[in-house]
Amino acid sequence: MSVSEIATGDADEQHTVAAATPAFEAAAARAAARRGLFMALPAYVYLVIFFAAPFAIVVIYSFATRTRTGGISLSGWNLDSYQRLGEQIVRDVLWRSLGLAILTTLICLLVAYPFAYYMTIVSTTARNVMLVMVMIPFWTNFLVRNYAWRLLLSSGGPLSSVTEAIGLGETDLLFTKTAVVIGLVYSFLPFMILPLYASIERIDHSLIEASRDLYANGAQTFRRVVLPLSMPGVIAGSILVFVPSLGAYVTPDILGGGKEVLLGSYIVTQFGTARNFPFGASLSVVLMVVMLTATVAYFRQGGRNL
Amino acid sequence: MGVHAGVVFAFFYAPIGILIIFSFSGDRIVGQWGGFTLDWYREFWNNDQLTNSITVSLQVALIATVASVVLGTLSALALERFRFRGRRVFDALLYLPIIIPDVTMGIMMLVFFAEGIDVVDSLLGISLAKGITTITLSHIAFCISFVSVVVRARLSGMDSRLEEAAMDLYATRWQTFRYVTLPQILPGVAGGGLLALTLSLDDVVISQFTSGPGATTLPVYVFSLIRKGVTPMINSVSVVMFLASLVLIAAMLGVDRLRSTGSNVPSAVPRGDLSAEPAVGGHERGDT
Repeated sequence: MSVSEIATGDADEQHTVAAATPAFEAAAARAAARRGLFMALPAYVYLVIFFAAPFAIVVIYSFATRTRTGGISLSGWNLDSYQRLGEQIVRDVLWRSLGLAILTTLICLLVAYPFAYYMTIVSTTARNVMLVMVMIPFWTNFLVRNYAWRLLLSSGGPLSSVTEAIGLGETDLLFTKTAVVIGLVYSFLPFMILPLYASIERIDHSLIEASRDLYANGAQTFRRVVLPLSMPGVIAGSILVFVPSLGAYVTPDILGGGKEVLLGSYIVTQFGTARNFPFGASLSVVLMVVMLTATVAYFRQGGRNL
Repeated sequence: MGVHAGVVFAFFYAPIGILIIFSFSGDRIVGQWGGFTLDWYREFWNNDQLTNSITVSLQVALIATVASVVLGTLSALALERFRFRGRRVFDALLYLPIIIPDVTMGIMMLVFFAEGIDVVDSLLGISLAKGITTITLSHIAFCISFVSVVVRARLSGMDSRLEEAAMDLYATRWQTFRYVTLPQILPGVAGGGLLALTLSLDDVVISQFTSGPGATTLPVYVFSLIRKGVTPMINSVSVVMFLASLVLIAAMLGVDRLRSTGSNVPSAVPRGDLSAEPAVGGHERGDT
């Protein structure tokens, strides 16, 4: 093989590579982009029609005017519906819902933390059994779970009979705030346990040992090492409990008897009997803003991939 | 802490256990024990409205599951494997149905089907009446997102070099998908499908706002019964619904076993971040 042949071969190769690089790859990238868009298109179009459009209508309605018959007038945009948020009755509903959601989140956190921690220190078999046991109520029909409490708390029902038998007297919790909180905690506790478990399990155990070696007592180790490291789970769990609690509709209805007006049912009323679509829409927008803020905050806080 | 765990489990299971026991109680007052009977199950079985609503629920859930599995898997593949214009917007659009409270979503669909329906009718050349169709359309809208999340989690864990190797060996795109990608993501697709099925069967709020006269799903009908005043028949319906959930959980765990080759932790269990938490989001949706 002569030197010149090798040179030609080299040149040839360089030639093909050079030709392939910019034009060919750009075309390939364009083809891939087309293919990607083509695959995404059915779901994309579907969600634009059946999610984005309804979403947009609600946002638009929140700036519209209510006609005397309860219809919608799209002429004359205004912020009246948002101004109503300042009214005393509305503020009461908002604060009550917020308070209940925060209380639910705190109770869930206090109950779930030791439980999740315990899950990380038991044997693998026990841990898997516990996970499945947490998953079962988690996957059980929501209505059934709330109804079960309605049965349990009913006056003269099972719980009341038990408290009476042990001499605590009758309990009549159904249709109280307490019942609603119990129902919400029961419904959303798994949301708290699972992320907490995941984040505590991830903690490097040698860090805890190091803290003990450096003469920290149990409480100090927990406060300075375990708790800070499990913060992602605390935040994730809190958001996952807080957001649905704030918008809860079924639980307050079944266990609260609709006595305490909360945000969820208040919104529904505006679209039902009150027929004030713009006001209902503005309340929905408020709820969505809270939910989006919480979610964004979660991802800011070191939330992983979305 | 062991005691605490026991108390938590009692809290989880006592209400369900008591519900099962009282579904066999002969007393007309809910929550009073009046001897063993199967009357409430019989009454449930002979209640046409109830059995009809079960049929509606199953129809809706099956159609919604199939449609959302196809659309969700396609969108997961597109998002995981390709860069295209509008990708980020699509990504955000896919996550919104998961995090939006379902009262809001229900209201959105209610207003949409009340006001925007004429536009949709003329666009699709059909006429939609509120009922099975509108419920199904709404269910697909939120199920797509959950399927997509589950399948994407699976896809991102898959080695994309396998696909490249197949292509290097002269497999066509279809062959690559059929013989390499699909078998790899199948547990994810199955898991997503089961999730969609569960969510659709569970949903009360969104169905309530999109159902019409003559077509209600089982949870919507049961919810209306509970509001009217509880009768012991609801106990028996609830027990049947609970058993149905158990079947779905068993299927889910079966899929998990397929899916987790290395890890011994059920992968349907959320792992602390929203994206890997179909189950958590699931309940946000089916729940409030």
